[in-house]
Amino acid sequence: MPHNVKVVSLVSIGQHPKSGRARRGEQDGRAVELGLKLAGESLQMVHAGDDSEEALRSYLGMGLKGMTVLKQPTTGDAIPALAEYLSDNRPDIVLTGVRAESGEASGMTPFMLAEKLGWPLVTRIADIGKIENGEAEILQALPRGQRRAIKVRLPFVASVDLAADAARQSAFGPARRATIDGADAANVEDSVRTSWEEAPARKRPKRLKVVKAKTAADRFKAATAKSSGDGGKVLKKESAQEKAKAVFDLLVEEGVLR
Amino acid sequence: MILDSLLPILIVVALALLVVGAARRISLWRAGQPAEVNIVGGLMAIPRRYLVDLHHVVERDKYMSNTHVATGGGFVLSLALIILVHLFGFESKILAWALLAATALMFTGAVFVYKRRQDPPSRLSKGPWMRLPKSLLVFATTFFIVTLPAAGILPEAFGGWVLAIILLAGIVYGLGEMLFGMTWGGPMKHAFAGALHLAFHRRSERFGGGRSTGLKPVDLNADTLGVEKPTDFKWNQLLGFDACVQCGRCEAMCPAFAAGQPLNPKKLIQDMVVGLAGGSDAKYAGSPYPGRDVGNANGGPTMTITDGLVDPETLWSCTTCRACVEECPMMIEHVDAIVDMRRFLTMEKGNTPNKGAETLENLIATDNPNGFDPGSRMNWAADQNLSTMADVQETDVLFWVSDGAFDMRSQRILRAFVKLMKAAKVDFAVLGDEERDSGDVARRLGDDATFQSLAKRNIEVLNKYKFKRIVTTDPHAFHCLKNEYKDFGGDYEVLHHTTFINELVKEGTLKLDQFKGGTVTYHDPCYLGRYNGEYDSPRELLAALGIELAEMERSGFRSRCCGGGGGAPITDIPGERRIADMRIEDAKETGAELVAVGCQQCTAMLEGVVEPRPEVKDIAEIVAETLVEEVH
Repeated sequence: MPHNVKVVSLVSIGQHPKSGRARRGEQDGRAVELGLKLAGESLQMVHAGDDSEEALRSYLGMGLKGMTVLKQPTTGDAIPALAEYLSDNRPDIVLTGVRAESGEASGMTPFMLAEKLGWPLVTRIADIGKIENGEAEILQALPRGQRRAIKVRLPFVASVDLAADAARQSAFGPARRATIDGADAANVEDSVRTSWEEAPARKRPKRLKVVKAKTAADRFKAATAKSSGDGGKVLKKESAQEKAKAVFDLLVEEGVLR
Repeated sequence: MILDSLLPILIVVALALLVVGAARRISLWRAGQPAEVNIVGGLMAIPRRYLVDLHHVVERDKYMSNTHVATGGGFVLSLALIILVHLFGFESKILAWALLAATALMFTGAVFVYKRRQDPPSRLSKGPWMRLPKSLLVFATTFFIVTLPAAGILPEAFGGWVLAIILLAGIVYGLGEMLFGMTWGGPMKHAFAGALHLAFHRRSERFGGGRSTGLKPVDLNADTLGVEKPTDFKWNQLLGFDACVQCGRCEAMCPAFAAGQPLNPKKLIQDMVVGLAGGSDAKYAGSPYPGRDVGNANGGPTMTITDGLVDPETLWSCTTCRACVEECPMMIEHVDAIVDMRRFLTMEKGNTPNKGAETLENLIATDNPNGFDPGSRMNWAADQNLSTMADVQETDVLFWVSDGAFDMRSQRILRAFVKLMKAAKVDFAVLGDEERDSGDVARRLGDDATFQSLAKRNIEVLNKYKFKRIVTTDPHAFHCLKNEYKDFGGDYEVLHHTTFINELVKEGTLKLDQFKGGTVTYHDPCYLGRYNGEYDSPRELLAALGIELAEMERSGFRSRCCGGGGGAPITDIPGERRIADMRIEDAKETGAELVAVGCQQCTAMLEGVVEPRPEVKDIAEIVAETLVEEVH
């Protein structure tokens, strides 16, 4: 159900890992999906870069009538332009991906924007639930499927994790008909980046795993074993009651049971 | 006598109502999109198309074809003579006798229609259709009696006023059904709409023994892509829906219907009629969509079809196997309509179910449906030493590898075929990484934009090189390349590998041993058989190996789909059974130990059936096993 909040989803140009072709970013698509869930058609979608990039249409095909592109040359720094746009427009929520799939892909955009705007930043969110009295209930994604429920005051910046709902299908017709408004924006050259030299990544030699297992069952175990995390206990000899108690305590601790 | 003065008036009134109804019905069709037709040529062609092309299909059911010739022929003749004798009052004994003969002929036919309706098979619609044989009998009988005086058999004033009133009632009822009903939505509508449908058929190439199976391209600059509401269909498509006689032959052949998926081609066409005329499906008296109740569907000419008239699941259940189209005695194009509506769901709504969206995204980003690295297309042939077109520029045979390149089971088929071509010393080459998915799946899933993009890029690559013909092991790619690339400037001679191997064997370039093994049956792939009419080459080839096929009951043009076409495994609409399981049951009934196929999709579908079941092998594999290799 759309809330009465002003949401901006920032999108970048994705890159397919196999073909290297420009596409809708996996995480940015999720940021748009979440934005659509929160704000419906009033969602604003913003990209800083080239307004003739065809891949932007794949975001528009999700059901938006239009989007804004803050025009930037390839050597431009997106942060000043985005920060200026956001402080002029004062949205309640800014959604981004965690890390872009092309370009610098440093994952710094949400941090630097939050810093410039002076807003809190919530990283790797999976969902935003209720928004009441200027406060949003956010589900943050933690490793191994864990979630943390937190409350954050508006306005804030959030980066959307792959744990969030996948982006809906992009439809060709609406994508083609939607408008892309190219807006002139602050144009600061990313002087640090221009001094960099870029080269394709080299494959590093991998250490061979010596499997000592003798039986197929052992090999299977070695192949499927999970890295053991911190904490946690292995209960083997304890009674069923003790085991159940341990599970129960953990569920209470994690906030699954109250 | 009062009948004499009333009869002409009744005929005139009925004819007037017929004309008014016709005008009204035509205006319903004309609400559709414009389509170019040859009006005069089409109308002139009706008799031939009816008597030859349509009759050819109807004749598969001898009982019904004879019945229809008697009834329909008798009626048309009767009507013409009734107008001459009873309306214009030509006093000619010959005409009167001819009319008697015509009504008698019609009566005879109607008796057989009546008999058929005593215990009708489930595929036939009931409701008003149950009344039709009685109406036919009444019409024929009353006009027979009324004509007796004109023929001089009975005196002018025979019978009394009781008989006159009975005859009058019969005339009113008969004319009402046959003329008024014809254009006002009664069962006889099929005669009126059917005749015009034959005249203005969207695929006129189908008449005179031709074949037209390629989907029509979408204008990607249109305001709405695909069909949202009935008026988005071409007007002659709407006309085609109205021609349906609800005989249910499509229903009997539809694999999705048999599998209990929510599709019944007959009901779909009737829902389209509800859509074009407006109203609900409450009066529909045939089999429903499996698992769905009748009576809840509402529609109108400008209402969104998938909003209350047809459930999208119905549209996604279709495997585009064309069994319904092949079987339809009215030559209605079900598959075109289904894909038209899918186009709207995919390209306007972004609502392709299950894995559809992912598949389309992969096709856009990697040119193959599973998102593999487009640069790894040649990995399957790492040990095959194949020449690529980029190297040789010119060759006799361009081997279109298809996406089977990425699938380990299909690779065995590809290898077998390569082995055969090498043994026959065929000059061939592949496109390698320059090849892309043919666009088949994208197009059947309604994404014509992606299909067109793939097609155009493939054509661009193909047009760079010189080759005599294209050969492929994939009937879906075969169909696209042969029939659907023409609209985008790609006109090639394309052969299926079974045709090509058969040629090699006939020329004597391949030396083959006899097949050693048990009973073999052959499964016709839809896109090779019904779509392209190739039923003989695979059979000839198998016969050349000394195989006597144990044919399945559903084979040749009546072959049952494996369930793998039209993106059906991707959209995966649940049913009560799996189509592939039913197909393997068909094969088991023949006692076959081996099912020969000519399609990698069919192989995948049929091999997906749990054992015990017959083995499944592509014809290329079977032939490669019997190849006599010369030792130097």
